[in-house]
Amino acid sequence: MSHTPSHRDRLFRGSLVTFSLLYLALLVALLLGNVSYTSPSHLWEALKTREILASIRLSLLSSTLSALLSMLVALPLGYYLARTRTKWKILISTIVDIPILLPPLVIGISLLIFFQTSAGKFLESGFQSLFGRGFTYDIPGVILAQFTVAAAFTIRTMEVSFSRVDPRIEHMASSLGCSWSRTFFSVVLPQVKGGMLTAFTLGWARALGEFGPLLVFAGATRMKTEVLPTTIFLELSVGNIEAAVAVSFIMIFVAVTSLLLLRHFNREPLP
Amino acid sequence: MISLENISIQQGSFSASRLNLTIEKGTHICLMGETGCGKTTLMEIICGLRSIQHGKVLLNGIDHTQSSPAQRNIGYLPQDGVLFPAMTVSGQIALPLKARHWEKEKIHNRVEEIAQLLKISSLLDRLPSDLSGGERQRLALARAISFKPEILCLDEPFSALDDQTKHELIAVLRDLKVQNKTTIFHISHHKEEVHLLSDKILFMRNGALENAPKN
Repeated sequence: MSHTPSHRDRLFRGSLVTFSLLYLALLVALLLGNVSYTSPSHLWEALKTREILASIRLSLLSSTLSALLSMLVALPLGYYLARTRTKWKILISTIVDIPILLPPLVIGISLLIFFQTSAGKFLESGFQSLFGRGFTYDIPGVILAQFTVAAAFTIRTMEVSFSRVDPRIEHMASSLGCSWSRTFFSVVLPQVKGGMLTAFTLGWARALGEFGPLLVFAGATRMKTEVLPTTIFLELSVGNIEAAVAVSFIMIFVAVTSLLLLRHFNREPLP
Repeated sequence: MISLENISIQQGSFSASRLNLTIEKGTHICLMGETGCGKTTLMEIICGLRSIQHGKVLLNGIDHTQSSPAQRNIGYLPQDGVLFPAMTVSGQIALPLKARHWEKEKIHNRVEEIAQLLKISSLLDRLPSDLSGGERQRLALARAISFKPEILCLDEPFSALDDQTKHELIAVLRDLKVQNKTTIFHISHHKEEVHLLSDKILFMRNGALENAPKN
């Protein structure tokens, strides 16, 4: 049976729709503004530049590596946070959230300071002797800065995914004779495939857009530690607004496309 | 053979103390009792899924009180099957065999054999979400018996099944007991099922076990 909503109900629903539409309109306006400010020729010009091509290459490579490294810590830590009942969980969760809560520049400064300590110097020299490159103001620094922030998002996403897996399933696998590792890899992980895809994509998108910590810790050296957000900053600082907008457009395109693909192929809700 | 010696447990509002139980090898014991009286808790203690405050759990004469569920080698079928949502029917039957490092060919043959026995051969590539209630129950039993356990713990294995499926699965359990001398500990609410299968009936009340007459 249907009934006519009262005046108060109509007003309430109307206000909900209005506020939602206003926010969506703001985001769409931002995107359209970018599109209207650039043109295919600007984009083409930008894409032909050696610096921007190198920046795109490093951005894609470093974001992918950062996201993979993030998954490496997100799987064990996300699982632990989803399952543990220890009183330390609040403390561990807070530590994990630090990169989400802190201003990006503070993370960059913290990384810079850490690599001035004896532990940091030891790590830096060890890494340099192994791979021929250090962290500070170099490419590994780009990856480390991206990883530090992206990992927090991937850990949180994996925690949500693991918490949706019924713990009785793990008990069942154990009663069937499975070791803990077999239970984890054969029974638990296949159930969080969607969550892993979501976590990786979010980590990757987050790493791609990272700027603050990179600027402080890895620097903004053209053709060396320059990633797409750095390019926007450098182009803006020399007044080349067209190039900055063209690179912004590339970033928006990549971010929107990856999220659309993720939502199309994965039914797991984003956190 | 299952032996429980002076088991004490405190779990929320449920408590039991000095529980003793012996189930001889190759016998089928049915446990009855009101909902919430602790039947499932007792079964989980045997399977190693719940820890106890006091007492011993002996399986085939060996003390398994501190053993993990994996070390107890019990075929366990919980109340709602607890199937693995992302694993195919054949994967679920093969999992306990892989855990015991069976050879690939032996696993393949055993999966075929069990699937045939439980009439799920045509479902081997399906996921649990594509199975009916009866098919899910057949799979849960197939998985529990695939590795030929000497002890089988069944928690209401035939609830919500149609009569034909129920009688087919009852026949499978009878064969297991006769041919393999499997010790079966079985929780049920259904008198007919209990009378058809059990060698002995136990009743659980107020945290204590009582013998119940078969008739």
